[in-house]
Amino acid sequence: MSLVSRHLEENGIPTVVIGNARDIVEHCGVARLMFVDYPLGSPCGEPNNPDQQRAIVSGALNLLESATAPRSTVRAPFDWAEGETWKDKIFTKDQPWKDADEEKEWLAKKKLYRKLKKEGTV
Amino acid sequence: MSHVKYIDKTRAYYLSQGYEKPYRWAHHDDVPFSPLRKPLTQSRLALVSTSEIAVRAWDDQRTPLEKGEIGNVYSFPSDTPASELYSHSRSFDKHATTLEDVNAFFPITRLHELQAEGRIASLAPSLHGVYNAYSQRKTIESDAPEVLRRLRDEEVDVAILTPV
Repeated sequence: MSLVSRHLEENGIPTVVIGNARDIVEHCGVARLMFVDYPLGSPCGEPNNPDQQRAIVSGALNLLESATAPRSTVRAPFDWAEGETWKDKIFTKDQPWKDADEEKEWLAKKKLYRKLKKEGTV
Repeated sequence: MSHVKYIDKTRAYYLSQGYEKPYRWAHHDDVPFSPLRKPLTQSRLALVSTSEIAVRAWDDQRTPLEKGEIGNVYSFPSDTPASELYSHSRSFDKHATTLEDVNAFFPITRLHELQAEGRIASLAPSLHGVYNAYSQRKTIESDAPEVLRRLRDEEVDVAILTPV
């Protein structure tokens, strides 16, 4: 997503990324990031919390207006309602980065990519 | 508590899985920046997402991988009701959250509300998805330029991008 943002910015379209993985987006480098310190999968707010989602999307629009330089990050002023224990649980044996199905999918994607590359279609 | 250091943690993960080289996340020293050219109240906004968002009415309901999609851009009308949308993605924290409410990662209803209030002039006629490419080269050389083409076709002024 960050790579797409960079290409749009290079070509004159202002963008704002709304994301959960602050370090990954900032490592790539984007113009504007609305950082939401939530588990991966909920960048725009808690599921079924439209008021909060609206505040976050509004905040992203505010950032589009207020940023004057690249690497402008704003942290959304919300904390995950169930506490921060999710941060301790990820990347543990019980909650690995990728579960078995995801790992399989990732490897299948890799294989497919290599095949398409060989055929010259990607 | 500070934010999660995904890069450090994935590096450790890949090494522990026996990979010789950890995944190399994209990194750039220079960051392009486009200032806003006109007020948002006069701007047309597009939503672009890598959340593997899908439409229930599509004839083909297979996952991107089943369809052989490595990267690639797709679009559908922005008046598609949120209840018609769902995500194929498995790359999220399944223990802590869900993808049942699409507006939590693909805020289409929220954007319609903001447009109705006049915060933005309009929402572009199309919404856009980009499938995860596995290859950064593919994203840079093919998918990102394709997104740009589609936004220019609809005279988009600004874009919101949401990953999952």
